[in-house]
Amino acid sequence: MFNFRIPINDWVTKIVEYLERELAPIFDGFSSLILFMVDSLKDGMLFLPPLVLIIIITAITWYMAGWRNSIIAFLGLLLSENIGLWEAFVETLALVLSAEILVVLVGLPLGIMAARNDRFNAILRPILDFMQTMPAFVYLIPAVMFFGLGLVPGVVATFVFALPPLIRLTNLGIRQVPVELVEAADAFGATEMQKLMKVQMPVAKPTILAGINQSIMLGLSMVVIAAMIGAGGLGEDVLRGIQRLQVGQGFEAGLVVVILAIILDRITAGFGVRKKKTG
Amino acid sequence: MEDKIVVKNLSKIFGHNPEKGLDALKKGMSKKEVLQKYNQKVGVYDVSFSVKNSEIFVLMGLSGSGKSTLQRLINRLHEPTNGEIIIDGTDITRLGKKELRKFRQKHFCGMVFQNFAILPHLTVQENVEFGLELQGIDKEKRAEKALEVINLVGLEGNENSYPSELSGGMQQRVGLARGLAVDADILLMDEAFSALDPIIRRQMQDELLMIQDRMQKTIIFVTHDLDEAFRLGNRIAIMNDGAIVQIGTAEEIISKPASDYVRAFVEDMDRSAILTAAAVMQPVEDTAFPADGPRTILRKIRKKGLTGILVTNTRKELQGYIRAVELAEYINKNKDKEDIPLNDDLVHKAEGVNEDTSLSEIINIYSDHEYGPIPVVDKNNKLKGVIVKGSVIAALSESGKNDNNAQELLEEV
Repeated sequence: MFNFRIPINDWVTKIVEYLERELAPIFDGFSSLILFMVDSLKDGMLFLPPLVLIIIITAITWYMAGWRNSIIAFLGLLLSENIGLWEAFVETLALVLSAEILVVLVGLPLGIMAARNDRFNAILRPILDFMQTMPAFVYLIPAVMFFGLGLVPGVVATFVFALPPLIRLTNLGIRQVPVELVEAADAFGATEMQKLMKVQMPVAKPTILAGINQSIMLGLSMVVIAAMIGAGGLGEDVLRGIQRLQVGQGFEAGLVVVILAIILDRITAGFGVRKKKTG
Repeated sequence: MEDKIVVKNLSKIFGHNPEKGLDALKKGMSKKEVLQKYNQKVGVYDVSFSVKNSEIFVLMGLSGSGKSTLQRLINRLHEPTNGEIIIDGTDITRLGKKELRKFRQKHFCGMVFQNFAILPHLTVQENVEFGLELQGIDKEKRAEKALEVINLVGLEGNENSYPSELSGGMQQRVGLARGLAVDADILLMDEAFSALDPIIRRQMQDELLMIQDRMQKTIIFVTHDLDEAFRLGNRIAIMNDGAIVQIGTAEEIISKPASDYVRAFVEDMDRSAILTAAAVMQPVEDTAFPADGPRTILRKIRKKGLTGILVTNTRKELQGYIRAVELAEYINKNKDKEDIPLNDDLVHKAEGVNEDTSLSEIINIYSDHEYGPIPVVDKNNKLKGVIVKGSVIAALSESGKNDNNAQELLEEV
């Protein structure tokens, strides 16, 4: 149609190359931080005999989500161990947890800022929309560009992918706090910090926890996809199943992903409910 | 009583450039025009009033009249566009952010809201401690003070309940206790009882009055309910369209409405419940003293053309009532005697009513009252005036609407 092509390709490549060159120390530092986090989580969990870890996770599930869910968790975990996917299971869990820690560290403050500042919210919203409409797949590309192949870009891609729901729901939760509650605090002469910590955050807690739940679930789905760039874990087994057309092996790995998803979902969904019951 | 809060020329205009709207208003533009032309909503315009120490000052008006806006201006939850708010000598419109916070802590007992606005994740006691906690008061002191007000508002035994376990009335007690726990003078109540059932509501009103008797706070109470306003308010400010149209006691507003708007508002009120003895009593024409001779007393009665006369001592304390007929008979019987003493049998016991007795009660007294005027006395039994049938009926029928009402009452009497 035209005799020239808009060189988006070149531009992006140039920008990334530039950033890589100039910000290398930062990326390296970030990279080793993530590596350290994932490794210590993974090694810590693998250090324990599988049965001990199984019992610990079952106990947490029981505490957060009741005995019915804990039985499902217990049986699922035993199955994972039995079919030889225990190490992959733990690795995936470590990846998800690492990414989620980053999500909370970044997402919560951003969500709070968005709730308190309309202008910031107006800027942030289209970015979040953009992030959420991008196919999960596409996140892998910049991650690989900056961090190469392996576990670190997997965590980074997962982090970016799982970030929007927590920001959104933190923002929403705080904005939904009834205006009278905030007025009441103001009328007593509360500081901004007191208002946030004693009124807005506690009242918004169920919504924020729903945000954490959602971002963990999204994170899990991304971690599986991230196996394509060598993040390891259960995704690798699924991927191998696909590549070699080993339906059975792929199914097994997929089943364990489902087990992990159920356990994580029950635990984090139970968080808000449990608190409501006792208080 | 001294003024606790003085508000001078206070205005609040919502919009992007409120000064422009204010100028337009000053030049005589109507609020509607300001809204249309500048897209600015006039919340309150040029309001001045003062609130006395320890009074319940009611802001009364329909929704949109600016009453809640005015209340929120007083603690600067809304920033005033113009005007002064002087509380205990400090113009709070001039305070910086931090000073304002300190001022609120020191002078305001927070607010009590229509939908309670208590924190769902805290227990009753923790909610009551909220204001104290914000001030950084230590835990023991907080608990002590909280338990004291929890007892005061009748929530004892519910300290550890969560708001969701309480009825609406109980939740509002928590809201009230939260305010009272703070060691400050001014309590703002925004439609505080409007969400409650009528019976609970009435009960809460009574309790508020009782608590007020003990605590002596300065309360600014916003309501759209005239009955509530008249029941609670020492003084009432009736608001319409962002302005105060009349300030006065319930009686002043009922008996002398400042405008047709107020008249229309108070038209349906039961006047007999609001008007008091003080509003209808008349000055005492003359009284008899125990030292007066019977003939002197009779002369006093005849001179005024009365059917009887009240007896007071020299300190004006009410002693009783003498009927003209009986007195005349007595004199007649002893007409040959030179100097006859006043027989104690002639002096009937006279029950006085207080100045704040309502007309409806007075009507009841009338129905089993054998003699004409009802004496009105103060709390030291000093005679302040008398009530005659005619003035009661006149007061009740002042508004055309109440003619029927007065007619019925007249028949009862």
